[in-house]
Formats: sequence, C-alpha cells, structure tokens
Amino acid sequence: MTEKVTSGQSERHDPITASSEWTFEFIQEFDRVIGNIALEYRLDTYPNQIEIISSEQMMDAYSSVGMPVGYNHWSFGKQFLQTQNNYKRGFMGLAYEIVINSNPCIAYLMEENTMAMQALVIAHACYGHNSFFKNNYLFKTWTDATAIIDYLVFAKNYVSQCENRYGVSTVETFLDSCHALQNYGVDRYKRPSPISAAEEANRQQEREDYMQQQINLLWRTIPTSKPQEQVQQRSGFPAEPEENLLYFIEKNAPLLEPWQRELVRIVRKIGQYFYPQRQTQVMNEGWASFWHYTLMNTLYDRGYVNEGFMIEFLNSHASVVYQPPYDSKYYSGINPYCLGFNMFRDIRRMCEEPTEEDYAWFPDVAGKNWLDTVHFAMENFKDESFIQQYLSPKVMRDMRLFCVFDDENRDEYEIAAIHDEMGYEKVRAALAEQYNLSTREPNIQVVNVDLKGDRSLTLRHTRHNNVPLNDECEEVLKHVYRLWGFDVHLESVQGDEVKNLYHMPVRPKTEEEKNLENLKYV
Amino acid sequence: MINTYVVDRRLNGKNKSAVNRKRFLERYKKHIKRAVNDAVNNRSITDMEHGESISIPGQDIREPVFGHGKGGKRNYVNPGNKEFVSGDMIEKPKGGEGQGGGNQASNSGEGMDEFTFNITQDEFLEFLFEDLELPNLVRKELKSMDDFVYRHAGFTNVGVPAKINVVRTLKNSHARRIALSGKARRRLKEVTALIDEEEQKDRSLRNEAYLEDLIIEKEKLHNKITRMPFIDDFDLRYNLSMKEPTPSNAAVMFCLMDVSGSMTQQTKDMAKRFFLLLYMFLRRNYEKIEVVFIRHHTSAKEVDEEEFFYSRETGGTIVSSALKKMQEIVDERYPASAWNIYAAQASDGDNWNDDSPICQKILERDLLPKVQYFSYIEITPRAHQALWQAYDEVRSRHPDAFAMEQIIDQADIFPVFRQLFQRKSS
Repeated sequence: MTEKVTSGQSERHDPITASSEWTFEFIQEFDRVIGNIALEYRLDTYPNQIEIISSEQMMDAYSSVGMPVGYNHWSFGKQFLQTQNNYKRGFMGLAYEIVINSNPCIAYLMEENTMAMQALVIAHACYGHNSFFKNNYLFKTWTDATAIIDYLVFAKNYVSQCENRYGVSTVETFLDSCHALQNYGVDRYKRPSPISAAEEANRQQEREDYMQQQINLLWRTIPTSKPQEQVQQRSGFPAEPEENLLYFIEKNAPLLEPWQRELVRIVRKIGQYFYPQRQTQVMNEGWASFWHYTLMNTLYDRGYVNEGFMIEFLNSHASVVYQPPYDSKYYSGINPYCLGFNMFRDIRRMCEEPTEEDYAWFPDVAGKNWLDTVHFAMENFKDESFIQQYLSPKVMRDMRLFCVFDDENRDEYEIAAIHDEMGYEKVRAALAEQYNLSTREPNIQVVNVDLKGDRSLTLRHTRHNNVPLNDECEEVLKHVYRLWGFDVHLESVQGDEVKNLYHMPVRPKTEEEKNLENLKYV
Repeated sequence: MINTYVVDRRLNGKNKSAVNRKRFLERYKKHIKRAVNDAVNNRSITDMEHGESISIPGQDIREPVFGHGKGGKRNYVNPGNKEFVSGDMIEKPKGGEGQGGGNQASNSGEGMDEFTFNITQDEFLEFLFEDLELPNLVRKELKSMDDFVYRHAGFTNVGVPAKINVVRTLKNSHARRIALSGKARRRLKEVTALIDEEEQKDRSLRNEAYLEDLIIEKEKLHNKITRMPFIDDFDLRYNLSMKEPTPSNAAVMFCLMDVSGSMTQQTKDMAKRFFLLLYMFLRRNYEKIEVVFIRHHTSAKEVDEEEFFYSRETGGTIVSSALKKMQEIVDERYPASAWNIYAAQASDGDNWNDDSPICQKILERDLLPKVQYFSYIEITPRAHQALWQAYDEVRSRHPDAFAMEQIIDQADIFPVFRQLFQRKSS
C-alpha cells in the first residue's frame, strides 16, 4: 500500500485551476481528485453531501450547533445573537466549514471561501472528519450516523407538538432543566442502543404507557401482601450508583408526565450524540488537519495545484495549527488542532524516520507502516488514551510542554515537570489526565432515593484531587429539583469525607454544619 | 465507490434562527425594555427610526451546568516553556488568577461579561410602545391636505372631450363595426357572388326576377353597412385621472410644554412619548418635518430638545405666553401657505386663572385658522381647572382642528393619541 502511494503516482497533471474563484465544476473536480487520493490512503468515508451556504446561513448553522434541524429553544437564539454580534463587530471570523456526523456526511462550505479554501475544507471535513466519524470506536459505539437526521426531525416535531399542547413557555422551561443536565445523559460503560427515528416515533406511545405503569409500580403506596420483603428489596435504590442522571430521571422521576419523559429522552439522546465529540476533540481535529495537510501536499506533488494555491493553503493551515505560548495574550489553553496535528505527524515520522529514542519509547510504532499505524491510532482511542499512548518526547520538546502544579493551600505554583528526560512521563500523564472527561466535568451520580420517606433524591459528587463544584451548582440543582419534583440533595465527597452539602430547596444550615464552616477559619 | 453531492443551499432561507431569536427576545423582554426605555431617554425624538444595541448582564442569561470551581489540587500542562525547569516555584499572583494557570483563568472568566446584541428598529419600536398598547401604525390619509396630484388610473367611458383617448376609441369603433356588420358583409359577399354568377349566364338562361331581387338585396346590404356609424357614443374612451391627495411635503410640529414646578420628570416622560408618537405619525405623512420646542412657565422660550425635556424650572404658569410665542414663530418662519402646522401641547392643567380666557382668544383668533391640528393633552390625575374649561369651549366650536384629552398614566397615551387623530382620518 505504502509503496503504491509513494512511488506509483509520479505522473504530472495539469493544475485543475489557477483561479481563486470557485465554481461548482471545480469543486466537483477537486472532490473527485481528493477523493481518489483519499482512497489510496485508505480513508473510508460516508458519502459526502457538500452544501454551499452564505455567511448568514453559516451563522444559523453555528447557533444550532451545526445541526441541520433542531427544535426551537431560546438558548439557540442567544447563541445566534452572540454569533451575529461577534461576527458583525469583527471579533471573530466564521469557521470555514461545519461538518455533521451523519450519513451522508454533510459539510457546509461558505460561499465566501476562495477555491483554495474550498479544497482545504473538502480535504479537512469531507475526508478527514468524515473518515473519523465512520471509523473511530466511540462514534461507532455511540452514534448512528444514518439515523441522526431523522431523529432530529422527530425531536423537532415532537417538541413543537408539545408546545402546541402545553404552551411554549412550559416546554421551554422544562427543556432548560434538561439542558442543565445534558452532559449527564450518557452511560459511559454501557453500550447504548442505536437511535432510529422511525422506531422512535412508532414506539413512543407504547413506551409512554409502559413507563408510566412502571413508575406507578415503583411509587405504589398501596400495601402489598409481603410488605417486609419489598422494603428489603428496595432499601437501596438505585442498587448501583447511576451516572446517567437524565436516564434515571426519565425512568424514575415520580411526577413527570409522559411527554416530559419523552423530552428528557430527546435531550439525553442528543447529548449522547455529542458525547464522542467531547472526548475526541484533539484526535478528531488532529486527524482532519493531518489529512488536509497530507492530501494537499499530495495534490501539489502530482501537479493538480500550483504554487500560489499552496501558499494560500499553507497560510491558512499555519493559522489553524498555531499554538500561542502560555504567556501570550492570545493563549487560551492548548490548541487541539495543533496538538493532534503534531501527534499524527509525529506518528508518521516515527514510522518513516525512526530515531533511537523512538525505538526505545514506541517499539510498536517506530519503523512500522505509517498508514497502518495512524489508522489504528485513529480507530481505537479517545483523547485521553491517545495522548497517553502516542505523545512522544519529540512532540513535547517541540511544543515545549511543561506541567504546573497548583495546590490551593500553597502560595506558589510548582513546575512539576518539563520536557526533559525526567519529565516526559509526567507531562504526558498530566496532559492525558487533562483530557479525561471526568477531570473536565465533575463526576456526579445518583446514589439514593428515599423511597419510603420523603422521596428525596441524593446525588454524590466524587471529588477529583479535592476540586470543588463551581458556584452554579445550586442553580443546576434547582433544575434537578424541577425535574425530580421532590427534595434534592448533593454531597460533595473527597475520599470518604463529605466536604460540602447542597440542598434544594435550600435548607438552613444545621448546627453541625455551622461548626464545620467555622472550623475552616480557625 | 465514493459519491459526493454538491448542493447549492444559498437560496434556502437564511433566517432559520429567527424563531429562536424571537424566543430569546421574548424571554428577556424585561431587560430589553429597560434598555429601550433608557435609550429613549437618551435619544432625540426625531431619532427613533433605528435599532438599538442591548446589553444584558452575562450571568442573567447563563445556562447553568455542573462545573469545577476554584480550589483543590491540579496539574496544568502548558506549551511554550522558555525558562522553567522542574522544581521551580512561582509566586501566585495576588488577588485572582495568574497566568501560570492559564487554563483556569480563561475558564472561570468566561460568561461574566455583558451580553450585547442588536435589535432592529421595528423591534425597538415594538418594545417602546408595548406599554402604550400600540397596534401597528397604519398609514392614514389626512383629509385636510390641500395638495393633490392627478394620476393616470385607467380609462373610462365618460369624460370631457379634451381627455379622449383616440387610439382606444378607434379600436373600439373598429371592433364594433366589424362585429355588427359581420353578417351583412358575409351576405353581401354571397349576393355579389350570386349576381356575378347570374350575369355570367347566357341571357336566355338568366332568371331576371331573381337577379332583380339580388340586386335589391345588395343595395340594401350596402346601405346597411354604410349606415353603421363610424364612431358611436359607446366607442368613446377617455383617459381617467384620479385625484390623489399628496402630502404637501413640509410640516412643522410645535411641541408646547409646561415646565413649571408642578411638572415632574415622570409627567415629562409621558409627554415625550406623546410627542414622539405625533412625530412618527407625521413622519409617515410628510417628507420633511421640522420640530419646534416651546417651553413655558410664566414666560415662553424656544429651546432645543435637550433643554425642553430635561431642564427644570420653577414658578407659576402662564400658558398664553407659549401660544403667543408659537404665533410669533409661525408668522416669522412658517407661513401657513407653505407649511402644514401641527401643534401638541402638554400640561398638567395648571394655569393662572385670568390667563385661560386669553389662551382661548389667541387660539381661536390667531392659531386655529393656521394650523392643521392642535392637540392638547392634560397629564394629571386631578380634577380639571380653568384651562380645561376654556379649551373645552374651543373644542366645541372647532371640533375639526382642535382636540384635547386627559392622560393619567402611560397606558392611556396611545388610546388617547388614537382618539385624537382618528377624527381626522375617518
């Protein structure tokens, strides 16, 4: 395979166009050529649907998180106003492209782009992201590209039906509460059933009836023949802590109407659809950037594009993968495009030009077939494990990565490790940890429901390195309270020690808690 | 095999977000209205016809989610190391986030700023007049307008000879003649043919009587055809012109307001909204509008808008001073022949008692003959005083040009406005 790619294609072609103006014919021609080269590189993709849109439409697409159809909600309006305002004032440019994980894979191209930009975007989105969507294990497990559009249509119609029946503001407020928990709508360890719109619509009524029956069973107050046994069975409900808060609420909240459960489900399903994207930002963008770079260079090598085109491409490429240093005023964290691009590039380098160091650190990579290796890396990892597995000393040196340790009890930051022999492992582990979803988002689970008593719901926040929750926590709890319908408690725990308790409705502090608070200041 | 479709979506609607945007505005109505009200107070009344930039505190529109707060122990990995080696200690900056923990600084700083966006002029006005229970302003024709323009408006069959449309008329005449003589002409042709045929025959075979009949018939037909009038009455078509009222292109609006001590800022704000409505109403009818502000207590003065609405005076009230001032200005700068003159007077009804009859006299003798419309609003919850009584008499004698109403709170403004101006348009 490699030989075929590197040697067999030495014939020169004439440039497709020298003009910077795009036309539909040129786009098709570029797509055909890029597509053929992508095949040589074994990029396996969904069919592409390239949609040319105007900048206004791009703003629309932006504010609906790129979804081609979405239910109506004020928060999308807020997003839109924000985008529009920033764009009009020139604070931000619009993305050159938005790509949607669906089958066919929809990519939006802006009409303002030049020909070179369109080609770059086609390579990046239609072959880079697209192949990632189709082959990465998280996407394969969690999303169903063929069904998403239909499901969104179903969701939109269902929400608007509910609005007609129960009033816009009722539905909006309820959705607000669901949105507050959208990131907590995923079973991380269970494989989900694929979502299919047709099935959803057909089975929805059935499900409503069945579910209501189940809930009633759970909350039944009429004594049964063997009350003793029941209590024992239910004493710890749920039996295992449940991390999928929305799922738990959908199935168990005592007071929700069937339509409300369906809305919870919709928000949960959409959250699930985005779940892989949240965990593969570095990989996904890195993969797409790696391929637009590789594909464009191949185009140039074969004469399909001229020097002017390449200069424009490289200029855009350089700004996309630019990483400002930590002390720059433009610094806002590590640029996932840059990190991912560097890593994939480096994997290829290690395969093609391995050094002593590479053999020592990556015996499985150094000197192997680069195409096999990058495909394997793309298919089987998420950001956290990808970094842990593939971040090489060379990339750490090139990016001059260093790790700062911050302990709230100390007045100084400590440089825990830098890009040197002693520090590589530590920097790598810290960076991988930084992309661990449970480090980025608090780990909150349902631990108990007081079935026999006041029906209160208890959540537990398991602290990571004693990092507390932010100030919005109580606001979120209000939403949980709205969904659950009875008291909600949240305990924030470090190890076995309860560090903080939140209650909704807010409860006056007990004596004991006051003492605890006071102790802090001693 | 890979298949790619390229779709041009540019012609699809671009306002997919319009619904969501509207919902957002609906949800933050309170904030927006506050901003709009502030904006009105900062704007000139001649400057209402554009949108506004609205700011809402960031935290008010935040959608809360669980997140990490400050504190605990953490590691951050940053790029671009220049001078650090392992084990270096760096002082934390006092009072807040340091750039050493750049990651965190950017996370917690987000969303706290003002959220700013723009609303359009229509939305601006909608929010502005919401309290006023304002329906969509419809364009009304003002009956008292003197200027007309004749516009071509099709054709008619009655009219004066000067307006005859020759082409249409001849077309009709031609058509009528063809239509009415068709049968006769056809018959004439036949008869002529028959006569020819008959005459071709040998004399012995000829049927003389039949030929005679044919010739007579031919004669008759010919007569019939020639009797057909070339132009008949109902062929006539005239160009139709409609008289369309056209706004004489200039209007002047006088805003008269009492600024004596008894007028509070709140009363003035109400008056401002009323003047604003009037201004916009005129804006829709006239190309050019000038606004004259006259404020008065015991003496009147022409002022600019800022001073008109926001400077305070104390002292008594002599309304006639303002009317006199207005009269002077009209005489000086706005001849009634060239200007449509409108006046709106706002007051809380206080006047020096002996002055009210004078006001009445000035109005009736000097002003009303010149103005299109004079409206008086009394912004007070109290009982009416002498000025109202005096004006009431004016109203009864000049119902076409004079109107007055009482306003108690904001919600009255529009209904009153409508009442005042409906009379003109109905």
